[in-house]
Amino acid sequence: MKTEALAIAADSDVVLVRKAVRLAAIEVRLSLVDQTKLVTAASEIARNTFVYGGGGTCTVEVVTDGGRVGVRLTFEDQGPGISDIALALTEGYTSGGGLGLGLCGAKRLVHEFQIESDPGQGTRIVLVRWK
Amino acid sequence: MERIPVLLIGKTLLVTMQSDLHDKVALALQEELAERIIKTEAKGVVIDISALEIVDSFIGRLLANTAEISSLLGARTVVVGMQPAIAITLVELGLGLQGIQTALDVDRGIALLAKGNEQGWGHGRSKLDDLDAIRRFK
Repeated sequence: MKTEALAIAADSDVVLVRKAVRLAAIEVRLSLVDQTKLVTAASEIARNTFVYGGGGTCTVEVVTDGGRVGVRLTFEDQGPGISDIALALTEGYTSGGGLGLGLCGAKRLVHEFQIESDPGQGTRIVLVRWK
Repeated sequence: MERIPVLLIGKTLLVTMQSDLHDKVALALQEELAERIIKTEAKGVVIDISALEIVDSFIGRLLANTAEISSLLGARTVVVGMQPAIAITLVELGLGLQGIQTALDVDRGIALLAKGNEQGWGHGRSKLDDLDAIRRFK
């Protein structure tokens, strides 16, 4: 299993996260469409980590489960957290003038999506896309 | 800060997005394009996104806003060169980008603008483009 933790401290880091995720997706031989879905989801969450979380990290891992292989992305920040996760996941809900597609859109682009957050405790979001 | 090149061809501004697009660079484009439309009296804008590896909700919104701003300034916008994988992902993301005119490549985009100027704007992709897209996808 390969692990890589990347800092998200500037908007250019979002580009670096996209590149690392693309490489991991290629490593597990995701199709081009599936690579694009995963990289797009990563871009949405990485931007949230930077803009709303005040920066954080993204850990990119190649994971296996029985016979299947996939990519797991863990985004962590020490920002203000999300007080109402259900509301934040509602399509069209936005706290920052966006389209409100970031979280719920990213969720639709992956197979597993976990979010842990409390006000003042930061946010941890885990995404998995299996081959 | 790096910038996205904007070229004037006749009365059309051609914008070519680079592969590793930073949010700030993309935002700066909006303003520069608005200024260039006024300065050059351009009637059309072609935005080539064939080098983009993804379009997420931020870039999608930026494209939609840019088209809207251009329209207010009297220029029509066509987005060209979208990769099939990006189109599939955008729809799944919930971002259909209706309202944005598209064409397969720069030539077709310029042709679409010329046709729009002749006939009055209204149609998006031509049937020919749709057939090409289907063939390409198979």
